[in-house]
Amino acid sequence: MFVILVIHLVLGIGIIGAGRLLGRMAFLVAAVAPLVTVAWALTQTGAVLDGEPVSESYTWVAGLDLNIDLRFDAFSLVMVTLVSGIGLLICLYSLGYFTSDEPGLARLAGVLTLFAGAMLGVVFADHLIALFIFWELTSVTSYLLIGNDDKNPRARAAALQAIFITGAGGLVLLAGLIMIGQTAGTYQISALLADPPSGTVVNVALILVLIGAFTKSAQAPFSSWLPAAMVAPTPVSAYLHSATMVKAGVYLVARLAPVFAMQGNWRLVVLSVGAITMVIGGLRALRQNDLKLLLAYGTVSQLGFMMLLFGAGEYHIAEAGVVLILAHAAFKAALFMVVGIVDHGTGTRDIRSLHGFDKSWRPVQIVALISAASMAGIPPLFGFVGKEKALDGYLEHGDFVGTTVLLVAIVVASMLTFAYSARFVLGMFGVFGSPDRDVISRSAQTPSASFLAPAGLLAVATVVFGLAPGLLNRLVEAATVALYPGSHPKALHLWAGFNEALLLSAVVIAGGVVLTLLRTQVALAQRRGSEAIRFLPTADQSVLGILRAISATARRVTATVQNGSLPIYIAIILLTLTMVPLTGFARDLDEFPQFIETPAHAAFVALIIAAALGASIVRHRIAAALMLGAVGYSMAGLYVTQGAPDLALTQFSIETLSTVLFVLVLRFLPRSWRHHAPAIAAPMRIAVSAAVGVAIFVFALSASGARSQVSGPQMSDVMVENSLPKGKGHNVVNVILVDFRGWDTLGEVTVLLVAAAGAVSLARAGRRRNDTEAPVFEEIVDDEADTSQTSAVSR
Amino acid sequence: MSVLLAFGCAVLFATGTWMLLQRRLSRILIGVGLMGHGANILLLTSGGEGGESPIIGTAPAADFSDPLPQALALTSIVITFGVTAFLLALGYRSWKITHDDVVEDDVEDRFIASRWSSDQIVEESREAEREQAADEDRL
Repeated sequence: MFVILVIHLVLGIGIIGAGRLLGRMAFLVAAVAPLVTVAWALTQTGAVLDGEPVSESYTWVAGLDLNIDLRFDAFSLVMVTLVSGIGLLICLYSLGYFTSDEPGLARLAGVLTLFAGAMLGVVFADHLIALFIFWELTSVTSYLLIGNDDKNPRARAAALQAIFITGAGGLVLLAGLIMIGQTAGTYQISALLADPPSGTVVNVALILVLIGAFTKSAQAPFSSWLPAAMVAPTPVSAYLHSATMVKAGVYLVARLAPVFAMQGNWRLVVLSVGAITMVIGGLRALRQNDLKLLLAYGTVSQLGFMMLLFGAGEYHIAEAGVVLILAHAAFKAALFMVVGIVDHGTGTRDIRSLHGFDKSWRPVQIVALISAASMAGIPPLFGFVGKEKALDGYLEHGDFVGTTVLLVAIVVASMLTFAYSARFVLGMFGVFGSPDRDVISRSAQTPSASFLAPAGLLAVATVVFGLAPGLLNRLVEAATVALYPGSHPKALHLWAGFNEALLLSAVVIAGGVVLTLLRTQVALAQRRGSEAIRFLPTADQSVLGILRAISATARRVTATVQNGSLPIYIAIILLTLTMVPLTGFARDLDEFPQFIETPAHAAFVALIIAAALGASIVRHRIAAALMLGAVGYSMAGLYVTQGAPDLALTQFSIETLSTVLFVLVLRFLPRSWRHHAPAIAAPMRIAVSAAVGVAIFVFALSASGARSQVSGPQMSDVMVENSLPKGKGHNVVNVILVDFRGWDTLGEVTVLLVAAAGAVSLARAGRRRNDTEAPVFEEIVDDEADTSQTSAVSR
Repeated sequence: MSVLLAFGCAVLFATGTWMLLQRRLSRILIGVGLMGHGANILLLTSGGEGGESPIIGTAPAADFSDPLPQALALTSIVITFGVTAFLLALGYRSWKITHDDVVEDDVEDRFIASRWSSDQIVEESREAEREQAADEDRL
């Protein structure tokens, strides 16, 4: 499995790299990846259908328990059939769809391959974090594919909207996954499902995961990006935005529902969102004139349907979901391909412009008719089998709260589905076009057989699996058992006898026929309805509004924390640095250490405190510098009492040097500080200083015991031992500096050199500024003696 | 680390912060110095209680104070001095140019902070581009 993912990655990057060289043939190269995947999946089919999943595991970050765990069971097989089976057809279809001189074609093919790899990753992943990463990769590749035509501002806006919604959902999903993983103690999905965690945290986490799934699968109210994404080339829409990527959310829900459906508000959330999405999607699809948008809203509706089937957590109903996923992929991909063919031939997708196709277009119309009829749930097609199963599932096994409401929603939405399927077909046969505008269609170039073949193949599958659903029995059964171990799904039938489900199907078809016959009145009613809710912001407006609010907030935050004032920056940095870890330190503060070590400390600390306070209060520059010197000398005293003579010596000499330097510089400056408008008001500065002081106090106390708690031999002891035999020195501190930590000391010397060079050039830069116009750097080169003198002082 | 040393250390950091929040480079510098001393106390006392000087032959090794933090503190002292010297040179330079050592606000940051509407920025950058183009035409 890992090899397959790598093949996709390498091939995708390779195609992008090859660029224009390949032209249209890029899709032929890209077809290799799904071909290999399908071939591999076929070799595994036997074992997988017998309920023996294939597993692989690769260690990624061992310390974080991050593995690339891959697992291939029967439900994954269903998804792989979609991803790679449809993917293969899409690659062949693209050969006919694109002309070779279109720019960015190779990039499109390459990213499409990368997407297929990421999507396979989602389906294979058996580790929550790995799943999330592949999930996000599909979002990113989807963004690139929608925005492939980068010169089209609408494409860019749609791409941005898509990644904004799915990306935000992805972050919410990540939070949920981490909460689940931490509670369960494992991130491995199969282990998690075998021993599911529960509790309030898990209930909250499940809602977060669901939000992530809803954004990905375009559920209300996050569905606006999917219709917008239709600006992408039709092969992309057919592949990502109907057959595969948008099913990632459904896939996740399907995986988790068996064990989590009874927990918390799972059912309430999934089923209500699914039902609302299904109805709203149907209503909106019915209003579209653009064939592709009609399909897009239809997809939204069908995704809601799938949520209803998989989210219930009841295996009879989920079995219907498996059938629907397969049936939907077949008819929806075919319909998208048909739209692409129409668009390619006539240059329009508007049903009001399509009229009077000649006889050579009959095959296209037949494919459209079959696929749309399958979508509408007309027997004896594949879609009918799925819908029948779904109705039966809810009728016979829906024993939870609200089943009746859901059933009504399904029936109503199915009527709408019938109506918009009929609208699609009628549009294809030119019913909405007016005879005086049939020029476009008449002149339309007849699609070649190879262009239509992929869609035709899918239509054939729709018919075959509709007439003989038994062919899929083993796959559907195994997939359902993979989701619900130990379940006994019923076999698929085209004709299940006279039962309630059949009656409901008849009601759906009758209702759909009525809606279609009364389409003028229905359209009028819908227009009135939308007038009534005009005051509500549209989804696009809300997304735009949110984006504006985000950038306004960002600017406001920037203006506050990045306002150009150094003192404010320092205050923010120091407060963050000290306040954030403070609670952690305070928790460690279990016992107070002794108050004082030796009496000598008292004197030196008193001196230090007095001098430090003095330095910060006096207004005279030189006085302040001298106070700082006093602190330094007291520090030297403190070092002596601590048993650190080297430190004391160094401190003493360095302090002397610093004081000299201070006096050298400060004598130029005005004697005392004149008043200058402070960046931060004095009380605020006092508060910040006090906060830092308190934090350091707590830190010092809690850290004091840290070293004695370390077990085993201490580094210092080793150094003391080795000082004489290995370092040939009695003074351990010196040996450490020049020997054990010699490289550190070298670095330190380098820092000093750099500082000295900087200081010297700064000091000399303005020296003869008033005397001569000569460039500054020449002076430094001229006056070498002086340079060495100053740097010697610095050192 | 005794409470007394911790307190002294806290005072050094507090006063250092206070100085660091000023507008004068020379005061900021003194703040850096004070904080440096505070940090050295933290470093040194991370070795536990003091003891005899870690010089072999003068005392039994068990009585030594911890030599490793001392070496670290030594580095710290010297680096602090390097920073101080550099900042002093900066102050000197600042005085040379402006006859003062005030750290002014960053004009560029101020400019960005004062912009509220993105449309305005876009509009202005477009205008700047247009002007630039016009200038190039003139040349």
